[in-house]
Amino acid sequence: MLSTTTSQNAGQGVREITLGQAIREALAEEMRRDPRVFMMGEDIAEAGTPFKVLSGLVEEFGTSRVIDTPISEAGITGMGVGVAMTGMRPIVDIMFGDFIGLAMDQIVNQAAKVHYMSGGKLKVPLVVRTTLGATRRTAAQHSQSLHAWVSHIPGLIVVLPSTPYDAKGLLKTAIRDDNPVIFFEDKMMYQLKGPVPEGDYIIPFGVADIKRPGNDITIVATSSMVQIALAAADGLEKLDISAEVIDPRTMYPLDRDTLIESAKKTSRVIVVDEGYERYGVTAEIASVISDGAFYFLDAPVKRMGAMNVPVPFSPALEDLTVPTADSVMEVAKTLCGRI
Amino acid sequence: MSQSKASGSGEFVEARHPASDQVSTAGAQLLETEQVRWLSIYEQMLKIRIFEEHVNQLYTSAKMPGLAHLYIGEEAIAVGVCSALRRDDYITSTHRGHGHCLAKGASVDRMFAELLGKEAGYCRGKGGSMHIADQETGNLGANAIVGGSAGIATGAAMSSKMRGSDEVTVCFFGDGALGQGVLYEVMNMASLWKLPVIYVCENNQYNEYTHNSETTAGEMSARAKAFGIPTEEVDGQDVRAVYTTAARMVERARQGEGPAFMLCNTYRYLGHHVGDIQRSYYRSREEEEYWKTERDPLKMLAEWLMAQGVTTSGTFEQIEQRVRAEVEAGEQFALDAPYPDPSEVEQDVYA
Repeated sequence: MLSTTTSQNAGQGVREITLGQAIREALAEEMRRDPRVFMMGEDIAEAGTPFKVLSGLVEEFGTSRVIDTPISEAGITGMGVGVAMTGMRPIVDIMFGDFIGLAMDQIVNQAAKVHYMSGGKLKVPLVVRTTLGATRRTAAQHSQSLHAWVSHIPGLIVVLPSTPYDAKGLLKTAIRDDNPVIFFEDKMMYQLKGPVPEGDYIIPFGVADIKRPGNDITIVATSSMVQIALAAADGLEKLDISAEVIDPRTMYPLDRDTLIESAKKTSRVIVVDEGYERYGVTAEIASVISDGAFYFLDAPVKRMGAMNVPVPFSPALEDLTVPTADSVMEVAKTLCGRI
Repeated sequence: MSQSKASGSGEFVEARHPASDQVSTAGAQLLETEQVRWLSIYEQMLKIRIFEEHVNQLYTSAKMPGLAHLYIGEEAIAVGVCSALRRDDYITSTHRGHGHCLAKGASVDRMFAELLGKEAGYCRGKGGSMHIADQETGNLGANAIVGGSAGIATGAAMSSKMRGSDEVTVCFFGDGALGQGVLYEVMNMASLWKLPVIYVCENNQYNEYTHNSETTAGEMSARAKAFGIPTEEVDGQDVRAVYTTAARMVERARQGEGPAFMLCNTYRYLGHHVGDIQRSYYRSREEEEYWKTERDPLKMLAEWLMAQGVTTSGTFEQIEQRVRAEVEAGEQFALDAPYPDPSEVEQDVYA
């Protein structure tokens, strides 16, 4: 059973739980609701993953639905595609996002293509859960944020939750969707707490969330960068700069309208994401905004991503590679003419 | 499972049954049901042969876009294996997949239509020659990544087991796929979890334009044996051997006894694809002639049937007329069929 520590809020069944607990709750509720839903991955059963996100699930659902696999990312992802094509709803756990390189043919050439290539006859209701995010001191092969790779591929849906509430609602939507969904969780945010309703709710794909309204500048932020953007917005408020923070929540489908409308309102935009800045999702989002709000902008859309280096191990170096609240504030001040 | 079954045994799957032992004895009267079965198998092989000959013509006369990888010479494997399957059993196929699709029950008209990129094709023209899928006949799709469907096939077998169904999945691939790591990942899991999947390796000796002696170390069949998967090597030109072995493996898998691996030795009469005409740098004309004249699966079955004393050359002529008419009608249907509307291009990217 779930080991969530609940602190009830105002009779709505809303509690403060961690993002990891929200993930686990979504999985448990969906597996109770639909016997076709099951999970497979490395060290997900008794071990509950290295992040302990899945602890307790094998006790409720057994090893036939919480399946420990060999260390074979391509194999388990490929089998996930075949299982999904034939009546089940698998959730494949890829421990570190860096490992999707091993499964890329199965994701890109198989999962993403089956529905289209079959003329719409075959469906792949597969969820691949994986992680992103640096600053865990795990160096270049366990720290990358590679969601841009799969966001590039037609046929895939790409989800990046940034709060416990979003994580639960979006994961439920992912499990119920008939398309392959790549679901990236920031491994550094599993302990982040936030209000989450008990019981069932879903969040539709392609609907951005305004995490904080504002008027002077828009900060579009994804996943791990949402908390950074919110902290930056707090700092900017003290300088009398009103920042609007928007989380697209899904890279595809992308809620272009909400991004463009905010840009039209504020006239200045920063896009912050933990993927490499080079050819990153920030470029796509900046392009969408530039196209849609060109005549309303007072400055070029500014992109901020991870430095274009393999993530270094030494804390003294690693912390330099990702945007921080301070660095976002500095860019915002510049765009607003405060420097 | 017995590992010692020699190729070309000619036994039926029921051969364990004393009453049917006689049927494999040359000169004995074939039971009518068995005669019907072997003639049906002959007809299916011939249909693939003639279908592929028409594909060759369509391609060389510039009526077919893309690539065409012909299955001529390997017909006994698709037909022998699929004859041991039920309609609700699954297969996955390869870039050289026309034979598998037809053997699993696809119709020639919609096959041709897909090859020509027409709306009436199995994938509404979006897949083409290398991607024909037809869920009505359990065909989870031909696959243009070598070894690319191994995961899908093994996953389908896992699904059948989880759903409590007794469906069996066959994963067809060539000897070239033995170079792909994902195959070994999924064979490991299939064996661990006793999944109902049969791995059918069509060893036509060539990884595209390179003989497998240059690419494949050790024994091919040792690979599956290393995972504890029962493995048999059969003469892939002898459809009776292919069918008998496949039927035994499929039945075993259906009973929950797990995966099996079938190494079928065969030969690709033509090039890797239709345009591969100058082949002398990788194989000899003599070698090709040997397989065509001495090891042809259609000839071998026809000769055996005639030796049983119940089938005459007239029977084969009738079959050929019927098959030619069907293939010609199917080709004409596809040539006359409309292309997809341009509005189709963005349809079906997402479910």
